[in-house]
Amino acid sequence: MLPDRFLTIGLRIAQAIPVIFGVIVVSFILTRALPGDPAVYFAGAAADEASIAEVRSALGLDKSLPAQFWIYLTDLASGDLGQSISTGQSVASDLATRLPASLELTLISLVLSCSIAIPLGVLAATRPGSAVDHLCRVLVTAGVSLPTFFTGVVLIYVFYYLLGIAPSPLGRLDFIYIEPDQVTGFYLIDAAIAGDWETWTGALKQLVLPAITLALFTLAPLARMTRAAMLSALSSDYVRTARAAGLTEEKVLSTYAFRNALLPVVTTLGMVFSFTLGANVLVEKVFAWPGIGSYAVEALVVSDYAAVQGFVLAMALLFVALNLVIDLTYTMIDPRIGFQTK
Amino acid sequence: MNDTSRRSFLKGAGATALGASVLPFLKVLPASAASGDVVVAVTGQTINSLDIHRTGTNRPSYQVAVNVYDRLVSFGTKTLADGSLSYDYSVIEPEVAESWEFADDGMAIVFKLRPEGKFQDGSPITAADVKWSFDRAVSVGGFPTVQMKAGSLEKPEQFEAIDDLTFKINLLRKSKLTLPDLAVPVPMIINSKVALANATEEDPWAMEYLHKTPAGSGAFKVATWKPGEQLVYERNDDWTSGPLPAVKRVVLREVPSPATRRALLERGDVNMSFNMPNKDAKELSDLDGITVATTPIENSIYCLCPNLAFEPFKDKRVRQAIAFAVPYDEVFQTAAYGRGAPMWGGENATPTDISWPQKFPYSTDLEKAKVLLEEAGYGDGFEVPLSISLSQADWMEPTALLIQENLAKIGITATIEKVPGANWRTASLVEKRLPLHLETFGGWLNYPCYYFFWAYLEGHLFNSSNYRNEEIEALTAETLHMSVEDPEYAPKIKRMIEIVWDEVPRIALWQPALNVGTHDVSGYEYWFHRQLDIRGLKKA
Repeated sequence: MLPDRFLTIGLRIAQAIPVIFGVIVVSFILTRALPGDPAVYFAGAAADEASIAEVRSALGLDKSLPAQFWIYLTDLASGDLGQSISTGQSVASDLATRLPASLELTLISLVLSCSIAIPLGVLAATRPGSAVDHLCRVLVTAGVSLPTFFTGVVLIYVFYYLLGIAPSPLGRLDFIYIEPDQVTGFYLIDAAIAGDWETWTGALKQLVLPAITLALFTLAPLARMTRAAMLSALSSDYVRTARAAGLTEEKVLSTYAFRNALLPVVTTLGMVFSFTLGANVLVEKVFAWPGIGSYAVEALVVSDYAAVQGFVLAMALLFVALNLVIDLTYTMIDPRIGFQTK
Repeated sequence: MNDTSRRSFLKGAGATALGASVLPFLKVLPASAASGDVVVAVTGQTINSLDIHRTGTNRPSYQVAVNVYDRLVSFGTKTLADGSLSYDYSVIEPEVAESWEFADDGMAIVFKLRPEGKFQDGSPITAADVKWSFDRAVSVGGFPTVQMKAGSLEKPEQFEAIDDLTFKINLLRKSKLTLPDLAVPVPMIINSKVALANATEEDPWAMEYLHKTPAGSGAFKVATWKPGEQLVYERNDDWTSGPLPAVKRVVLREVPSPATRRALLERGDVNMSFNMPNKDAKELSDLDGITVATTPIENSIYCLCPNLAFEPFKDKRVRQAIAFAVPYDEVFQTAAYGRGAPMWGGENATPTDISWPQKFPYSTDLEKAKVLLEEAGYGDGFEVPLSISLSQADWMEPTALLIQENLAKIGITATIEKVPGANWRTASLVEKRLPLHLETFGGWLNYPCYYFFWAYLEGHLFNSSNYRNEEIEALTAETLHMSVEDPEYAPKIKRMIEIVWDEVPRIALWQPALNVGTHDVSGYEYWFHRQLDIRGLKKA
């Protein structure tokens, strides 16, 4: 059974290879289709035609598209994602510092929103029409209707500017802390490894407001999906049978209803995770968070090819991994879903 | 060094030397609690290189060239009418050079370097370093080479290291622009020994090394640089080119959201917000504890440009009609929140002095505009796209909307066309294909002829209107290198201004301003390069 499963996981990963190659081709072509001429942009304010031409050849933009693509592929094969012109760093090092920043924020906010949304959804479903159900509805409506940057600015205004209880919105760490040595890039983990609990607390404090902002935004789909899935599970035949068999309400809810309701919730979680990574651009801007979202947008604005391609590739890899994890989670929740059938 | 001592060091006590091992520190106390020698500043832009000569180095990065490197000479300082400080382009002061003199025929300048001058690594500053740095600036192409050319510094053969402390520039022509051009950020002096040790065959100018590792002699060193996050300056206690700065460290944090920057300054958690939006500057200037310096940017104008390559604008009366149709005051109040200097409503059609920029002799007069259009044969109006750049939408969008509204009143239908920022330079300046558009140019060397050179000569980059006038071509060439004291200079400049006022290929809207908010910090000085010079800052 087990080696079998590893084999199928291996096969799933192998299936991702054509997808990744497709992403490489498409991202290459699409970035070239972006408006704007990077050579002109990067040649600077006072550049004349000769210096623009120099920049063009320095960036390799004077070569034909197939030649540029070949150079890109050979660089990629050696792990070189190219140089981002807008940050002046290699794309690989940019991604290595910025991706953990975004992931840390996104994961914390998802943990936060799951820990509120799922119990809330369950409670709302078990007590339809009650105060909890109304609260759920209000939160969901507020969550979807408040844009993240607005929530962010309001939270900063109230908790930092007016009340002064939140730390200054200056990114991942306030000035008073020393950045932990990089191991994973996640400050909470790195600080814990280093045993520096002062910095750990500092990093956590900085996370609170942006994580709440994002959590409010992700709460809505999760709570709604939990409520709907629980409602349909509760009205199903197997729950009726379980009840008829005299099982305790607790057992019925946790084992029969909730477990079955989890599948659509996990699916939604996967989707929410992917769009949160993309949607936290504005939160990153408001909180000066040095994450991947603001990086990608800046790169797009100035037609910074290498950075855009590197970002798209990193995201593709991440989502392939994410889908795999979600598939595996399915099989854990519901053993009937196996890889064998595929 | 353990964390505790790193922390106490940052609080100003304890360790005396900053070793490489402690460089990755982030820690500096919040401004409110910090000891007197740390300044925390925020800005909205990313520094993408520590080397101004590198291809793709963006404007915010120029400040590293100012604070971490020295030049042969620098500009003086003056106090403006509102009490704020500004650089003084009429005074050239020594920096690495102790003195300089022109050869008898005026075709060379010989600089004597300070004998005590040394780089941040302790090695002496020699004429060979200066020559290598200048050779680099004129050879690498792109912006540094163009800027050097503005001072007639074009090829390595012009530069000679006579001995260790004597450096000579052979001039191609006598020009008033040469000496001031040596004081702009570009001709910075690099430690050539360090650079050459890190140069390779493919990279003879050590572009890759200096991009991340400055090798200068300036008043500050770069302690840490995390692109997209922050840059920390550390004072160079052995600076030889000027008086030691008062602050020991300056932390420059990148905070993209203007609302967040404003909250940080208002709360007093940072000492300085550099390049604030006009709206915030206006609203914060009345607050206790915060000082807002608003300095009109020298030699710079926001313009509306009708493109002479397009039929209606070939007729000067159509351009004049548009100049009379702009609702100047509304534009200035809405798009600039009244910060900067008005450039409309001049009283005479001929200039009385050679100050530049100065008020153009146009103001809103729709009747006059209609008459002019009628005379030109466009009484029924015409349609034209009015182009703006999305990356400068903050001022271009409100301006364009107001202009569109007024143009409609004289029968001209303008449709607003938004061009993506990455495409703007190509469309407006390189291809010059936008019929009617907003544009700006600011000259670093503060002379009217320099502005004309870039903005009014045919084919030149900032002449996005495709304007050509024989007299302007001739007069600009004559005045560009001429001394300001020359008795012929002023009359010629006046004539040039008179012509472009009459023909209006560029319709001046207003002179933009640079806003800097400070809290518990004095000594901020405005510079033409519009970047933060931290050398004069003092904690209150």
